[in-house]
Amino acid sequence: MELFLHQVLAGLATGGIYACMALAVVMIYQAIDSLNFAQGEMAMFSTFIAWQLLQWGLPYWAAFFLTIGISFVAGVVIERVVFKPVQNESVLSHVVIFIALFAIINSAAGFIWDFTIKSFPSPFGTRELFGQRLISAHDAGMIGITILMLVLLYLFFRYTRVGLAMRAAAANPESARLAGIRVGWMVALGWGMAAAVGAIAGMLIAPVVFLEPNMMLSILLYGFAGAVVGGLTSPLGAVIGGFSMGVIENLAGTFIPYVGRELKLTIALTLIVAVLTVKPSGLFGRTVETRV
Amino acid sequence: MTTRIEPLSVPIMALVGAVVVVLLPYWKQILLAIAVAIAIVLAFTLKNFILFQLTLALIYALAILGLNLLTGYNGQFSLGHSAFLAVGAYTAAIMMEHGGIDYYWTLPAAGVVCFVFGFLFGLPALRLEGIYLALATFALAIAMPQILKSTPLEYWTGGVQGIVLLKPEAPFGLKLSSDQWLWIFTVAVALVMYVCAYQLIKSRTGRAMIAIRDNSIAAKSMGINLSLYKALTFGVSAFYTGVAGALGAIVIAFVAPDSFTLVLAIGLFVGMVVGGAASIVGTLVGGLFLLFVPNIAETFSKGLSGAFYGIILILTIYAMPSGAAGLVRLTLLRLMTRLAAR
Repeated sequence: MELFLHQVLAGLATGGIYACMALAVVMIYQAIDSLNFAQGEMAMFSTFIAWQLLQWGLPYWAAFFLTIGISFVAGVVIERVVFKPVQNESVLSHVVIFIALFAIINSAAGFIWDFTIKSFPSPFGTRELFGQRLISAHDAGMIGITILMLVLLYLFFRYTRVGLAMRAAAANPESARLAGIRVGWMVALGWGMAAAVGAIAGMLIAPVVFLEPNMMLSILLYGFAGAVVGGLTSPLGAVIGGFSMGVIENLAGTFIPYVGRELKLTIALTLIVAVLTVKPSGLFGRTVETRV
Repeated sequence: MTTRIEPLSVPIMALVGAVVVVLLPYWKQILLAIAVAIAIVLAFTLKNFILFQLTLALIYALAILGLNLLTGYNGQFSLGHSAFLAVGAYTAAIMMEHGGIDYYWTLPAAGVVCFVFGFLFGLPALRLEGIYLALATFALAIAMPQILKSTPLEYWTGGVQGIVLLKPEAPFGLKLSSDQWLWIFTVAVALVMYVCAYQLIKSRTGRAMIAIRDNSIAAKSMGINLSLYKALTFGVSAFYTGVAGALGAIVIAFVAPDSFTLVLAIGLFVGMVVGGAASIVGTLVGGLFLLFVPNIAETFSKGLSGAFYGIILILTIYAMPSGAAGLVRLTLLRLMTRLAAR
């Protein structure tokens, strides 16, 4: 029983990482209505920028907020320069553009900062929280910030004019344009915000997994999976999905004998597919009615 | 590995090829004859290594054709076709290694195994659409190398090391190098499969597939059995990709779990989009792109090859957003309207 509890808590700690990423994934899904495969790499690049700023001697929080600002601007610029020319093309070409961005950012980060593993400081310290051994101060801080971001984003989308306009632009671009919303800029804003959320996620994850160009690959997978299980239309669902991914992964690795450890990721993904076949729009997602 | 071909297999193969070709319209038969002539000329003019690469590109094209039947014609996303390639390749390799079966008999077997596998995978996937289906197939692509490496299957799959095979020699005492023979063999298989795909798309079944893609509710109300056709398309798509996998195993003479990663799955997807979704001939462009562009990117810069690959990809999409086939179609359309206006 103690082992079980311990594994659940450890799962929640890693789940915090996935929840962070899942939240960023859902953000951009709300703004552009498709999944951005390059999101993890964008977050990784942002984290490298933060690392560079810290190397140049900036204090942690200055680097933290400066990185968020830079990432936001970079996200808007990428949308305007790379994505806008193909905006009206099919989803297939969008996906290929994301793949291309993935390759470019990954390769550029490796070229600039090379592939050696770098450590990244935590603002909360790495000691255990309140002297118990289950969860560290950093894990607790990370979960706290994720929940804080969730609340802020909820308030933004629910109660501000811009948030409403962004939702409208994603849900029905044509009607939104008729209502006087500048859809193009809403999409750009969505990319900027997603890049900023990704940057926060990256900076919180980096102290745990260490900083290197490929750090985000498996995290992004779990993040996607969490977001999809929770429902892509629901930020709360994404966070819950992210946490449950962490727990499921840990429990599968510990309790399913023989194959569990080798096929941890496979088991987690199979579970997701199973959930999706029962509830095709995720646990908390809205079902969209289709008409002819 | 035996180098002779069983007497029975030759007439069977010839018959299949002949039936497939006779059903085509007249002018397509001529085009086909020209293609065969070019392939034979290439076999005797190119260096062995280049011929080997072209063979691989053609095999990739065949795999992309499988993906295109599913995504381009039926509107079902897949980011996991590397898994079917793996199943096909391993079926062939295990049959040759453990069963001592001749290489050409492994192709239909690999196809059938993949058809069943794809059909069964397609059944639960029926409830998923778009992004969700992409994730489910993505999971398949990630799981496949891990499953192939896993301990219970190690006896059959050879674990991480994979299986090393012998490269088949040319039969009937023909004076061909094995690269030349495999090129001709692959071209023959590919021709039959391309013509079959063409016939499938032109048939009643093909129209049903396309109707489901364009509007599934309308298709349903016209009496098309959505679940059956979608699962069948999944199976046929897996059949094509599986045969390509078996061909790949024969030509490379080696299979290993790490040849079938996510990178390959994404590469197939990219190849399909670059060649043109819902285009049969476009998949040839996709195969060439998948094989050669990463190498080209590497010649620009070793360290930044990924970045150059990405840039080439973005520029390609800008230049032809609906793929090479889309570009050709558009150009033809413009020419026609200009001629008609005159």
